[in-house]
Amino acid sequence: MLVVKDLHASVFGTPILKGLNLTVNAGEVHAIMGPNGAGKSTLSNVVAGRDGYEITSGSIEYFGKDLTELETEERACEGIFLAFQYPVEIPGVSNMAMLKAAVNSIRKYNGEDEMSAGDFLKLIREKAALVEMKQEFLKRSVNEGFSGGEKKRNEILQMAMLEPKLALLDETDSGLDIDALKIVSQGVNALRSPDRAMVVVTHYQRLLDHIVPDFVHVLADGKIVKSGDKSLALELEEKGYGWIEGLQEAS
Amino acid sequence: MSDHSTNPSTLEEPNKELKELVKREYKEGFVTDIESDTFEPGLNEDIVRRISAKKGEPEFMLEYRLKAFRRWQKMKEPDWAHIDYPKIDFQDIAYYSAPKEMPKLNSLDEVDPKLLETYEKLGIPLEEQKMLANVAVDAVFDSVSVRTTFRETLSEAGVIFMPISEAVHEHPELIKQYLGSVVPTQDNYYAALNAAVFSDGSFVYIPKGVRCPMELSTYFRINEVNTGQFERTLIIADEGAYVSYLEGCTAPQRDENQLHAAVVELVAHKDAEIKYSTVQNWYPGDENGKGGIYNFVTKRGICKGDNSKISWTQVETGSAITWKYPSVVLQGDNSVGEFYSVALTHNKQQADTGTKMIHMGKNTSSTIISKGISAGHGQNAYRGLVKILKGADNARNFSQCDSLLMGDRCGAHTYPYVEVQNPSANLEHEATTSKISEDQLFYLMQRGLDEEAAVSMIVNGFCKEVFRELPMEFAVEAQKLLEISLEGAVG
Repeated sequence: MLVVKDLHASVFGTPILKGLNLTVNAGEVHAIMGPNGAGKSTLSNVVAGRDGYEITSGSIEYFGKDLTELETEERACEGIFLAFQYPVEIPGVSNMAMLKAAVNSIRKYNGEDEMSAGDFLKLIREKAALVEMKQEFLKRSVNEGFSGGEKKRNEILQMAMLEPKLALLDETDSGLDIDALKIVSQGVNALRSPDRAMVVVTHYQRLLDHIVPDFVHVLADGKIVKSGDKSLALELEEKGYGWIEGLQEAS
Repeated sequence: MSDHSTNPSTLEEPNKELKELVKREYKEGFVTDIESDTFEPGLNEDIVRRISAKKGEPEFMLEYRLKAFRRWQKMKEPDWAHIDYPKIDFQDIAYYSAPKEMPKLNSLDEVDPKLLETYEKLGIPLEEQKMLANVAVDAVFDSVSVRTTFRETLSEAGVIFMPISEAVHEHPELIKQYLGSVVPTQDNYYAALNAAVFSDGSFVYIPKGVRCPMELSTYFRINEVNTGQFERTLIIADEGAYVSYLEGCTAPQRDENQLHAAVVELVAHKDAEIKYSTVQNWYPGDENGKGGIYNFVTKRGICKGDNSKISWTQVETGSAITWKYPSVVLQGDNSVGEFYSVALTHNKQQADTGTKMIHMGKNTSSTIISKGISAGHGQNAYRGLVKILKGADNARNFSQCDSLLMGDRCGAHTYPYVEVQNPSANLEHEATTSKISEDQLFYLMQRGLDEEAAVSMIVNGFCKEVFRELPMEFAVEAQKLLEISLEGAVG
């Protein structure tokens, strides 16, 4: 699904990714761990197509297509979803209105008819239950006055509504207490499917107790320095990020 | 609009591409070729007398106009607003223009087909509105009211809704009592000018205890080269009455500046309520600001009786220059004044707008919600006055002024004035200035919206508190207008 080859990327002129390789197939869940400043969020933003994130060399293929030729919204319409680390507030725009516009924009791109108001309402109620979100949250402005946990649950609700093929979860566990972490993880797990791939970016192993990955990659200084299965996350937690510096020097 | 052929002057336009571009920039920009009876440019006592004579006005109206004209001659154009424009030559403007034939009409069949065509281009087919929206429309076409619908339904309820030029003949006692009672002729330069030369406008009287059975609406349209428009509107809600009045404007594209100086007066008696909504879309000029409308408007309402309420809602997207401060004088005890405003300036547009809330009665309260949006080189100023007079015990005001900037060449300015002469007053003022952030745009685009849809969603969210005060069909139109007005504002 996603093939990243020798990717070098800069953020507003500063090189962050320095030769990153990653292959993600449908149905897989990949975890990317690493210290602050390693380039974890940069990877998500580059794949999603954020302004100011420039690819200087290397390639990203998505279903065999050169991803860099697509605009941000086209990537979204092609099934790439980013759950934000810091979801922004959009005053005056209800959650419901935003999601309805998003769902229909994506449907239109894919040559489908707009969803009827009735069907949309039914769907959003069903998905809201998945992340234990009350109806009133749907009417409130997007993320405005939401707690950290509510914002993250809202991200998962959006993911459930938009049914992406590739979901990038950028530090979805940051700022969550244990209860919220459980709810968010349940939501994510319910969305695991053989057709869908997920890339979970996180600092901590604790998220991976709830969302069990198929692969774990350690990102340091713009490159993946070690890959393995779930046990790598545990090893990393035990040995600390200092261990990675050793790995880097060895490589 | 696809067809410009009704205007002979555009046929001479050598540059076809330019013409296409111009058409795209301003969708309501077209003129209708109707023969007009227009005065030569210039303003003097004779012109004032001729206007009055044209309309066959009674003596008291001529006196009113002449008094205003003499006052106007001694007055100076105001220069305190945060706007910049070339000096207006008031002798270069024609002060009267009317379609030559003024038939009294009972049905649409009798209307000049070209007029109907114009309405269709504007998307306001009267017939459809009659059936679907239940809206009575008094269409002001180039200074002279051409037709009035629904008058029968309204008259059954005792509501008077007619061109003010007719009201002068049919209800002179009401005109004598109320005309100029809220905005006196000497109030300001443009109000004095309007009083001297006003062409036509709407007159509304809602009798005691009557709730007006439908929303009232007027569509204004400027359609003559160099013809200033001087509309005059007077709305009276007698004791316990209620009325909601909608005003919407579009204007054809022009190369020369067009002056618009309207006066609107509202009178709310005891327990009465007036809701006045405006969507203003005069031609804003091209991207260099050339050719737009100058809009100098005086709008004021008085809450004369106890427990009365006046509410202004405006969405201002057009005009090169906007100078407008819909105000409320809160004279009755427990009276309520409201001002909800969205003002958008793009390219070289300039707006200096706001409100005045004058608290005189006890327990009076006012709310001001102002949303300014600046894009391109647009300059947007909020100017407001909250005045609490000595006798206004326990007056309350809440003001909120928010500005949204798009790009780094536009400006937002806030001039809130407060004068309090009574210590029991309670005033709150909130102000914010923000930019549409890259983060917000990226967030929405990552959810599948293109940039224009994302901007439009953010802007509509910003304006929500005002839009929800508009009648439903106007809210939809207002959103559409903002979208059109902001095309090309980002990126």
